[in-house]
Amino acid sequence: MHGGEIIPTSTLWLIPALPLAGLLLAIVFGDRKRLVTIVAPGVVGIAFAVALASVVTLLRAPAGARLVDDVYPWIVAGPFRADVAFRVDALAAVMVLIVTGVGFLIHVYSVGYMAHDESLPRFFAYLNLFMFAMLLLVLADNLVVLFVGWEGVGLCSYLLIGFWYEKDENAAAGKKAFVVNRIGDLGFVLGLLLLAWSTAANGAISLDVAHVEEHVHLLAPQTATAVALLLLVGAAGKSAQLPLYVWLPDAMAGPTPVSALIHAATMVTAGIYMIARLHVVFLASPFALEVVAIVGAATALFAATIALVQTDIKKVLAYSTVSQLGFMVLALGVGAFATAIFHVMTHAFFKALLFLGAGSVIHGMSGEQDVSQMGGLREKMPITWWTFLVGTLAIAGAPGFAGFFSKDEILAHTWGTGHYALWAVGAFTAGLTAFYMFRLLFLTFFGELRAAPEIAHHVHESPPVMTVPLVILAALSIVGGWVGLPEGWLWGPAFGRFLAPVTGHSALGEHGAGVETALMLVATLLAAGGATLAYVFYVRMPGLPYLLAWRLKPVYELLVGKYWIDELYDAVVVRPYVALSNLLWRIVDQMMIDGAVNGVATTVLANGQLWRYVQDGNVQHYALVFLGGAIALLSYYLVR
Amino acid sequence: MVPTSWYLALSAVLFAIGAVGVLVRRNIIVVFMAIELMLNAVNLTFVAFARQLGTIDGQVIVFFVMTVAAAEAAVGLAIIIAAFRNRPTVNADELAVLRW
Amino acid sequence: MGSVTFFLLATALVVSALTVVVHPNPVKSAMALVATLFLLAVEFVFLGAHMIAALQVIVYAGAIMVLFLFVIMLLNLSDEEAEARRRGRALFRIGAWIGGGVLAAELAALFLRVPFPAPAAPPAGYGGAESVATALFVDYALPFELTSILLLIAVIGTVVLAQRRAS
Repeated sequence: MHGGEIIPTSTLWLIPALPLAGLLLAIVFGDRKRLVTIVAPGVVGIAFAVALASVVTLLRAPAGARLVDDVYPWIVAGPFRADVAFRVDALAAVMVLIVTGVGFLIHVYSVGYMAHDESLPRFFAYLNLFMFAMLLLVLADNLVVLFVGWEGVGLCSYLLIGFWYEKDENAAAGKKAFVVNRIGDLGFVLGLLLLAWSTAANGAISLDVAHVEEHVHLLAPQTATAVALLLLVGAAGKSAQLPLYVWLPDAMAGPTPVSALIHAATMVTAGIYMIARLHVVFLASPFALEVVAIVGAATALFAATIALVQTDIKKVLAYSTVSQLGFMVLALGVGAFATAIFHVMTHAFFKALLFLGAGSVIHGMSGEQDVSQMGGLREKMPITWWTFLVGTLAIAGAPGFAGFFSKDEILAHTWGTGHYALWAVGAFTAGLTAFYMFRLLFLTFFGELRAAPEIAHHVHESPPVMTVPLVILAALSIVGGWVGLPEGWLWGPAFGRFLAPVTGHSALGEHGAGVETALMLVATLLAAGGATLAYVFYVRMPGLPYLLAWRLKPVYELLVGKYWIDELYDAVVVRPYVALSNLLWRIVDQMMIDGAVNGVATTVLANGQLWRYVQDGNVQHYALVFLGGAIALLSYYLVR
Repeated sequence: MVPTSWYLALSAVLFAIGAVGVLVRRNIIVVFMAIELMLNAVNLTFVAFARQLGTIDGQVIVFFVMTVAAAEAAVGLAIIIAAFRNRPTVNADELAVLRW
Repeated sequence: MGSVTFFLLATALVVSALTVVVHPNPVKSAMALVATLFLLAVEFVFLGAHMIAALQVIVYAGAIMVLFLFVIMLLNLSDEEAEARRRGRALFRIGAWIGGGVLAAELAALFLRVPFPAPAAPPAGYGGAESVATALFVDYALPFELTSILLLIAVIGTVVLAQRRAS
């Protein structure tokens, strides 16, 4: 798990530095759109190439090796030391390829999607800044550096959600994401501090990954639980888990490529990555791990139910993302860290594809996002339709597609570790997932176009700069899962074997391949059932959903209202907080602090008003005072 | 021979009279004269000390004081004329605009 | 000079000085000041400062006082008008007189308690034109020359201040 060969390198710093350079160029040449649209995707493409080269080096090295690039000592304060150091081990390799690869495709796509936007250079500047921060996060060999990236992606998320800040609700959504993430980040910081403090050994305090892995045995069981739960709070904030998921659906206010890149493929998986990176801490606390599993399963189910009734194409995908993140967290919770990362990867492919497909639809529909206004887009947007279909099949878990293998591996591990209830939740959620995704597909691409004529007239397929990334992602959504086949199939779980030196090997144990196949069958049947149900509801008998909604009105309204969670938070947290702030503002700030400051000024002023009458302009009066002074001086000499 | 301290005491009295003049008179020309009186009181001490010490330096200082007094009288009276042009008064009480 | 002469002279000085300060008519005040300056010149003679005494009469009583009188006449000032009633003015006058008295008393007390030895007899020609000129043009040559600059500046300043503004 730790140890292994260390291969010193001096090129890893280039990977985050390239997007940073792109950002600087975008700032300097912000008025030259064409240049920016070449440079911004270009630097990410080069970063991808460098990352690929690094990963090839890693693959050639013996298993368990890692590339380390120690750039410079950043903080040296007494016993504490933090270096700006980057590492590429199996875990980071997967993440860095996802981030740069998917990131590159989305950058290219954005060139088409944002072509008509006035603020295009600003958009690419933010995207490049995001890439820099995200790469800092995944490559960090030190948790302090990781934290910098963590905060950086949060900042970029905020900036990009509120990218079209002219509309108040977009700015508010950005603010909400930022504030909710702050809550998670507080837990993360506290967890890191506690971790650093309790793994101090030999007079050295360090948050180096290697140091933490080596000294994790120093954690007392209670401390380990506390650290793990605090880290979970951080992960829940970033990866949109219960109860901190509320920001992600609102984050759809940002441009669609942003939703694809940040709020589906990369940033939201940072929490998963962080837990996988620090899995040794979680392994030290079985209780915390159990909590992780429950949070994940609950989030998966919870978000999936909300997704059933949403009518905004991006909102459906957003809740779907929350749900899929729940699956990943569930995998972490049952100790299948490699499987979680596997699902991160496949999810990055198909969810980026779905978001970009949705973006293409929105682009073709002149900005319309409501599926009740769509329909019948199959003929008009054929490439979008086919790729979207692939994405839907992948997320629904159709056999052979990427999501099929990763999701089934998660469910198999859940069953295999004895979490039968959680498995049931997961399997049921898989059925729900198939239902809501096919519902979305049917509503968008089947039936009659329900849009207003002037929009309908304009519907068109997107330009190649947008469809080519779609096709590539669609291909990845098919083959991406083949690296992690079930035990005994062809090359088996190659992905898991690759990650095993970092994340440990999570064997299915005594259940064996037979059970996994059986479980796979059950989940597939559930998914097929969900898809069939969607077909019946939205293609065969379009009146049925209305009937059902009418018959189950309370349930329907609960789901449409998203369980009233936002309203609950508003009443329980936001309003009391605002009231408290108002109280502090009026009493502490205005009365006490301002009172003290103004009081001093008033006193000085009053004093000045009083004494200014001494200055009456009559020189003779001054002279008399002068005479008094002279007399006083002489008196002193006389009596001395 | 009159002791030096008597001359000094006399100059002190003259100086105090001049000071009172500066304080109580409202006609600034008279105030000016009172200042000249004070200067002369000080001149007396210089000359008295010169004799006491048997040197000529004190008398030279008096020469300089006279020069300064002449210059000061010229400039001061010019200021009075200028002020009088703006406000036709030489009353110190009424020339009290430099105040709050 | 005997004590009697000194006291007579001192009394005359004090009386004329007081006249300068208290007389309501500025012209009379100026005349009293001329008298005071003359009496001081006499004192200077008694103190052996012959040259300074001469300058006192020529420069002070002659030149400076003429300037004063000229300005008084230029501004055409009559008697100082009856004291305009101002709150606290009487109190101020009383305070000023008491302050002046205390100042005189304190200064005199300070001077009188110093036991000056009887001065030695001055050398021949002490205080004459030659001895003052020697000190002035040899020992104090530089300050003397600077004085000329001071006077030049005073002349320019006076002209600038007193000239009529072209309106």
